Amino acid sequence: MHAIEINGMRKTYTGGFEALKGIDLTVEKGDFFALLGPNGAGKSTLIGILASLVIKSNGICRIMGVDIDKDIARAKSYLGLVPQEFNLNIFEPPMQILVNQAGYYGISTKVARKRAEKYLTDLGIMDKAFTPTRMLSGGMKRRLMIARALIHEPAILILDEPTAGVDIELRKLIWNFLIELNKAGTTIILTTHYLEEAEYLCRNIAIIDQGTIIAHTQMRKLLARLNQQTYVVEVAKPIQKVPVMRDFAVSKIDDLTLEVTVKKNQPMNGIFAALTAKKIAIRNIREKTNRLEQLFLELTAKQVAS
Amino acid sequence: MSRADFTGFVTILRKEYIRIVRIWSQTLLPPVMNVALYLLIFGSFIGKRIGMMGNDSYASFIIPGLLLMAVITNSYGNVSSSFFSAKFQKNIEEILVSPIPEWLIVLGFGLGGVIRGALVALCVFLIILVAPGVELKLQNPAFAIVILLLTAGFFSFAGLMNAMFAKKFDDISFIPTFVLTPLTYLGGIFYPLSSLPEFWQKVSAANPVLHIVNALRYAFLGHSDLSYWYAVVFLVVGNAVLYYVCLTYLKKGMGIRN
Repeated sequence: MHAIEINGMRKTYTGGFEALKGIDLTVEKGDFFALLGPNGAGKSTLIGILASLVIKSNGICRIMGVDIDKDIARAKSYLGLVPQEFNLNIFEPPMQILVNQAGYYGISTKVARKRAEKYLTDLGIMDKAFTPTRMLSGGMKRRLMIARALIHEPAILILDEPTAGVDIELRKLIWNFLIELNKAGTTIILTTHYLEEAEYLCRNIAIIDQGTIIAHTQMRKLLARLNQQTYVVEVAKPIQKVPVMRDFAVSKIDDLTLEVTVKKNQPMNGIFAALTAKKIAIRNIREKTNRLEQLFLELTAKQVAS
Repeated sequence: MSRADFTGFVTILRKEYIRIVRIWSQTLLPPVMNVALYLLIFGSFIGKRIGMMGNDSYASFIIPGLLLMAVITNSYGNVSSSFFSAKFQKNIEEILVSPIPEWLIVLGFGLGGVIRGALVALCVFLIILVAPGVELKLQNPAFAIVILLLTAGFFSFAGLMNAMFAKKFDDISFIPTFVLTPLTYLGGIFYPLSSLPEFWQKVSAANPVLHIVNALRYAFLGHSDLSYWYAVVFLVVGNAVLYYVCLTYLKKGMGIRN
């Protein structure tokens, strides 16, 4: 049984815009899954259908084996959603929001309060439990939305751009929280525009563009499709001109930093040999982390071209 | 109804109750203030000049209508503003993603309006009790409560329907201003039907509020211009029809789901 199983999913909005064009997608139980795509690709529509906020035009959707057309209430109980936009009642304090949300899932106030305290503490906002939500910062509201999605302890957590607009420190806190949650068995589906986030967290990935899935595979396999890799090379002394290297593409970022692109299966030793021959001393070399970004742009560009 | 559904339903009611009490200066105080002023001006200052309405003072005559006007305005306003605010801030999604069945969501918001109507009616009733120089007659309290609750339910569901279709805040003030206010003021609160020319009496008969006011007046004074049966049937059928329409709209996601 899959955590999510989608077959032939179509959505045409009033006015004729076809947001999803017959999508097939599976997400395994316990997976940390990335759903990527450019703006307007259909990600939020797909998530909306899973969460019963968007009515599908056609197709089958099973959540933990439960068909949403046959037992929507049970299917909903397996799912927790952290939406992209803030959708909190700004007049209510976090504790009340969480206790109410638990109540909608049939959880008693006593149990809900304990869970709320746990999640608010884990996410570092317990001190704001009784402050009206309008007084909370953007990062606090994001964490509150995660706590709200988890209050009924769902088997699947869907996060639609959970770290949009949050600082690096908080992003790391959220990442660690999600990693621990996933280790404990929760299936996590993540959409994000920070591709390094998807690369860092997710094991499997689907890329959606113009309402169709253009890639659906393991993150490792997808990254292996890249036929080149870029390295950032920091040099010891400032250089004025970009050194010409016959076997590699080189570009200058600043006087002390170069970017060198190596083709797949080409040994890296050549970089050192070529730079040494030009009497350029290397202080540091590291892999450029946006490999997924490069691939993402390649795939979505192909889709536009086709 | 399963235990989980019941908990969800109670949560909606609790949320509505907390909201009403939290903003009491917007929800409970204005109707009390309004009725107190009406009683002072129409019951005391002008009422003495108007004289008796049959065997009743003018203040006693207008009390049922004033009570009903407060219940109509507040039950309608409670659901339309609560539901539309939730839709506007998108926190209605909290309920929509949960497993609570649609029929309980509609019932929950509807009863939220009834709670506000009942609390307002209670506050207004207390003001009537302590208002100087106002003689209160209440012949049939049970029937008065039934009429008030049915009225609150009917206008709550109407408010919910308004909120479902509203796209901006102006849309939820249009019906109360241009439909409910004329219907209530022309619904025989301040005058007996017999005071109108025959033609306007026939026109007024098409106004359901006139029948409801007369039914409540019957409960208070023991007599009225019209039979209370029309109001009872209208309210019972109206509650059922509006509930069904709201439920159908919610299931289809009209104005809420894409």
